[in-house]
Parts: sequence; C-alpha cells; structure tokens
Amino acid sequence: MATHFVIDGLKAAIDGKEILKGINLEIKGGEIHAIMGPNGTGKSTLASALMGHPKYEVTEGSAQLNGEDLLEMEVDERARAGLFLAMQYPSEIPGVTNSDFLRSALNARREEGNEISLIKFIRQMEGKMKELEMNPEFAHRYLNEGFSGGEKKRNEILQMMLLDPKIVVLDEIDSGLDIDALRIVSNGVNAMRSEERGFLIITHYQRLLNYIKPDYVHVMMQGRIVKSGGPELAERLENEGYDWVKEELGIVDETVGQA
Amino acid sequence: MSTQLSTPTDRQSAEALARSKGEPNWLVELRGEAAELAGTIGWPKPEKVRIERWNLTAVGSYEQPTAVKAISELPEIVRELVSEGTENLLVQRNSGSVWKQLSTGLANKGVIFTDLETACKEHGELVQKYLFQAIAKDEDKLTALNAALWNGGVFVYVPKNVEVELPLQAILYNDNSESTFAPHILIVADSHSRVTYVDCVVSEPGTAAAPFVHPSIVEVFVKPGAHVRFGSIHSMGETGVDMTIRRAIIENDGQMEWIIGDLNDGNTLSDTKSILKGQGSTSDAKVISVGKNAQQNSLTTQAVHFGKNSDSNMVTRAVMKDSASAIINGITKIEHGATKANGVQTEKVLMLSPKARGDANPILLIDEDDVTAGHAASVGQVNPEQVYYLMSRGISKQDAERLIIYGFLAPVVSEIPVEAVRGQLQRLLERKLEG
Repeated sequence: MATHFVIDGLKAAIDGKEILKGINLEIKGGEIHAIMGPNGTGKSTLASALMGHPKYEVTEGSAQLNGEDLLEMEVDERARAGLFLAMQYPSEIPGVTNSDFLRSALNARREEGNEISLIKFIRQMEGKMKELEMNPEFAHRYLNEGFSGGEKKRNEILQMMLLDPKIVVLDEIDSGLDIDALRIVSNGVNAMRSEERGFLIITHYQRLLNYIKPDYVHVMMQGRIVKSGGPELAERLENEGYDWVKEELGIVDETVGQA
Repeated sequence: MSTQLSTPTDRQSAEALARSKGEPNWLVELRGEAAELAGTIGWPKPEKVRIERWNLTAVGSYEQPTAVKAISELPEIVRELVSEGTENLLVQRNSGSVWKQLSTGLANKGVIFTDLETACKEHGELVQKYLFQAIAKDEDKLTALNAALWNGGVFVYVPKNVEVELPLQAILYNDNSESTFAPHILIVADSHSRVTYVDCVVSEPGTAAAPFVHPSIVEVFVKPGAHVRFGSIHSMGETGVDMTIRRAIIENDGQMEWIIGDLNDGNTLSDTKSILKGQGSTSDAKVISVGKNAQQNSLTTQAVHFGKNSDSNMVTRAVMKDSASAIINGITKIEHGATKANGVQTEKVLMLSPKARGDANPILLIDEDDVTAGHAASVGQVNPEQVYYLMSRGISKQDAERLIIYGFLAPVVSEIPVEAVRGQLQRLLERKLEG
C-alpha cells in the first residue's frame, strides 16, 4: 500500500498550555515536506506530539498513517506502525550498547522465534555505518553516551536506515552539524527516498534544504501552519527572513506558549 | 525449628565442638574466647539499618558433613554453578566441606586450596599467622560469632611468584536451615603471585524455609606485587539473613579487585573493605545488588589508604523493587602520610517502585593534603525520557525498562571473571528482576 499520512486538526498542550492550535498536513509516499519557522513556534512540539512524548498531551485531532490513527497508540506501537522520529536531543543510555539497542529495535518488529540472525544483523549494521562514515567502534559504545552532537545525529540516521520506516520526521537534524556531517546525513536521507516513504523535515535553516530537496515547504507560527508553498518559499525565507510573512499575515509575535 | 538462643553460643559448647572435630589447641582457645565475647559485645551498627531487628539468632547447630564422591551427586543448584571442566573446585554444604579438588599442576607449584578446617590441621602455622588478622574476632558480635562457630570455609595460599591462570571456584550452599552455616574464607597471595577466586553462596529454596543466619567472614592478604581477583555472588532464600564482612590488606604494589553480587532474597549486611597499606597498592571494588519485597540491604564499601600513591575505586549499583531498601555507604579514608593517594567512589540506586527506598552515603575522610579524591552518588527512578527514546524505536515499555536496568548494572556484570558465574549472575538477575 502506498504510504498516506494525514494530520488532521492536531492540537496539543504541555503543562496545560496549548502549543499546537490545529495542524493540518498531508504527506504521500515519495514526498518530502519541510516545516520551517523561527524558534518557539511549535515545530518540535509537532514532532514530539506525533511520536507521543509523555510530556505532551494531544487534546484534539488525529494523525492517520494508512488509515490507522497513530495518536490512539502507545509510543512503541507508533514506531512499529512505521513512524520514525530523528530526535533533536537523543537520550543517552549508559550500559546499553548501540548494537544491542539496534538489535532489540529490529527484533521488536519481528515475531518471537523469528529474530534476526546475529550475522545478518551485523552485516546490515556495518554496511549502513559505512555509508554514514561512522567508526565501527560506535556499534560497541553505549547508546549515545559521550557522543558528540554530530555523532548523535548520525546515529539517529543509522537507526532510520535500519528500521525502514514509512514516515520519517527529522527534528532539527541539521543543528550542530558541520558541512561534512551535513552532507553525510543528507546523503543518508536521500538514499532512503522512495515511493513508499514520506518525509517531514523540521528545520529553521534553509541550508539543509540545499542537500535534501523538499517538494513542499510550510511555515509554522503561533502553533499553526501559516503558509505553504514549493521549494522557492524556502529560498525566499533564507534571503529575506520571516518578517515579510509576519507582515503579510499581520502577526506581531510569532511564538506560542512562551511565558 | 532452628535453634533460637539469646546468646547464640557459649564458651563451653564452642570449645567442646572444636575439640570433637580434632581442632588444634590454638583454635579451640580462639573459639572459646570468641564465644564468650559474642555474649558481651553488640552487633555491628551500619548507617540507617537496625540489624538487631533482624532475626539474628537462628545460627543452628553443627551438622556433620558427608563428602560426596562425584560432582554428579551434588544437587542441581550447585551443579549448574560449576564452571565446566574445572579442576579447582571446593563445595561446602551447611556446616562443612563435601567436595574439594585441586589440579595436580597447581598442587605441585605449592598452591593450597582446601577447606579452612583441614587447613588448620595440615597447615596450622601458616593459617594461624593470618586467621583473624585482617578482621579481629572482637570487633563486634558478628566477628566474634564467626570466630566461635565458623565451619568448612576456604583456604587459598598461592606461593611467591606463582600465577594461577584458571580461577579457583567455591560453592557454599545451605539446604538445612537448622545447621550452622558460617563459612570463613581466607586467601593469602604471597609476593608477586596472582590468583582469581570466585564463589557462590546459595540456599536450596523450599527446604530452607525456616530462618537461618549466614555469618560469614572473608580475609584476603595481598603481599607485595601480588594480584588477587575476588568474585562472589550471594543468592540465598528470603528466610536467610546474610551478614558478610570482607577485608583485604594490600601491601606494596599489590592489587585487589572485588566483584560482589548481593542477590539474596533476605536481609543482607555486606561490608567490603580494602586496607591499602603498601605504597602503590590498588583496590577496585564493584558491587551490585537487587532487592525485592520488603528486603533490607546495607551495602558498604570502604577503602583506607596508608600507602603513598595508593589508589582505590569503588562502584556500587543497586536496583530496588517493591518495598525493598538499600542503604549504600561508601567510605574513602586517606590517612596522614598517604601522599599522592587517589580514592574515587560512586554509589547509585535505581528504584523501580514508589515504595522502594534507596540511600547513597558517600563519605570522604581525608587527613592528608597531597591527594585526590572524588565521589558521585545518585538515587532515582528509571528516567522516562530514556524509556520514551527506546519506545520510539518500537521497543515495548517492558523491554525498554529492562534494557535500562541491565544497562545500569552492566558495569559490574561485565566484569565477572568466570563465564559460568557470569552466566549464572545473568540468570539470577533475570529471575530477581522479572520474578
């Protein structure tokens, strides 16, 4: 089945404060959507609410992936249904090696008794690590512990490549990356482009979009998508900033939920 | 019912028992004095745990051991612990040794590995030089009780410059709560020798349902340049009270490693101390514990630095379930004159239930200026951010928590030197964490 992801009227709150004020978005397999916007406009909240971060409460709306509402599911079920979020700040988990973690994640998608063989797993993992120019020793390091910002981001992309999701959300994947790492991470994402998979890229720099060409660009302000367009919109934002959007829409303060 | 006495033993019966076993006079005397002391001095007083409220009197009575002819005669709980193909194994059942074996290669090099009772008879002079020299019999009621009653036990002697490649293994088990189960383990590693010793202390579940006490002492002497690795897993049933005091005296450039798994189901007092007497001596202690039900655990690690350039590291990790509690004390003491000493300690408790209790008390006592020391302590619950992260990759909540808990214990588990014991520790951990 071709991937079809529909976010409909999504509202979410943190500590009782509404941050997302009704998000509507449709992503089909093969499409890359970018969400841009200044800090504090709700972009990362959208990513966290979709994945089911315990701090965010969804108050209204749905997010259907191929007809199933992800928001009705537990976090792990959303992942197994095909959602992947590359996080802005991945957790560090001492004592759990990267490879044990990855194998557990792969096996969570398989029936008991049908676990991936160790050899096959290692071959897959090492192949993808090579593509991402990761030092093989990272397989045996504890998950994200002591990783630099760039290493963590690469590790997120490694997980994406191994888990083969249907919908990928990249939350500020470009922050903290130097040009080389940005190129490697972008190559990893581009290699995963397929008709079966949709992408939602959250960023506030146009820089990333030079490497990963979006089909659609959306601007988020005050917890809503306020403007949508094609790749040319991203370029204009890069050149002229966000002020013209605010002016056009009569927005004074673009942020949401700030104290 | 077990023997319940307000004073667990007296001079007369301790001496009579010692004589009936044909123990040398010096030992009969030691036991008599200790029995008398046990009636007059108090129990140890660890921080925030009142052990005198535990059932400490069920010391039982002596049970004559019957040797087995083959390992296959030992019960399942013992056999599954035996390191495959080992030639160096000692087994104590209740009050005495029932199996002992040492490879001829090691015996020819002068290595002694036997039960302590036999050693007192066959190597009396050597044993007398060390027995109750690291831990005095009159420190408290526990040490006195062990001195009066100890039985079976283990004696290891490694001569100068001898390196024992394969681990020496002991298994000490209790399947009769009415018998006295009070091992004393004495290890002497002579200059520039090297040895790994591993033991497991277990009780047969079901049959040991009545209360029993395991008052146990471990003394280790690390002579100049020697290296001792000591691994120990305790996994006794919930009716047992485990009180184990371990102490090493480390001379110049000696190295001591402790790896302790306190996985009993009953109340546990565990105190592991290194005395860094010599220059350049080092000690590394790693302790893990898992508590469940209403179990109380008092876990102490200590390092006392006398030697210049001595170095100590102590790590304790405890996971507490249900309403179990762990009071963890880490004491690093650096004496005046121990210049350039370095002492580091970390205590961490992970609580899996709102009723579980954990307390980490790092203590640094430093009487010398020219030293380095550090400590870290934390007490907390499983981090929900970590659970969320793992779940976001499709891992179930239960498996996510499991990974985090095992990861928390990994720094100690991965260090267990004998594979069979490491495997057993994994099994015991799983049983305790998931049972």
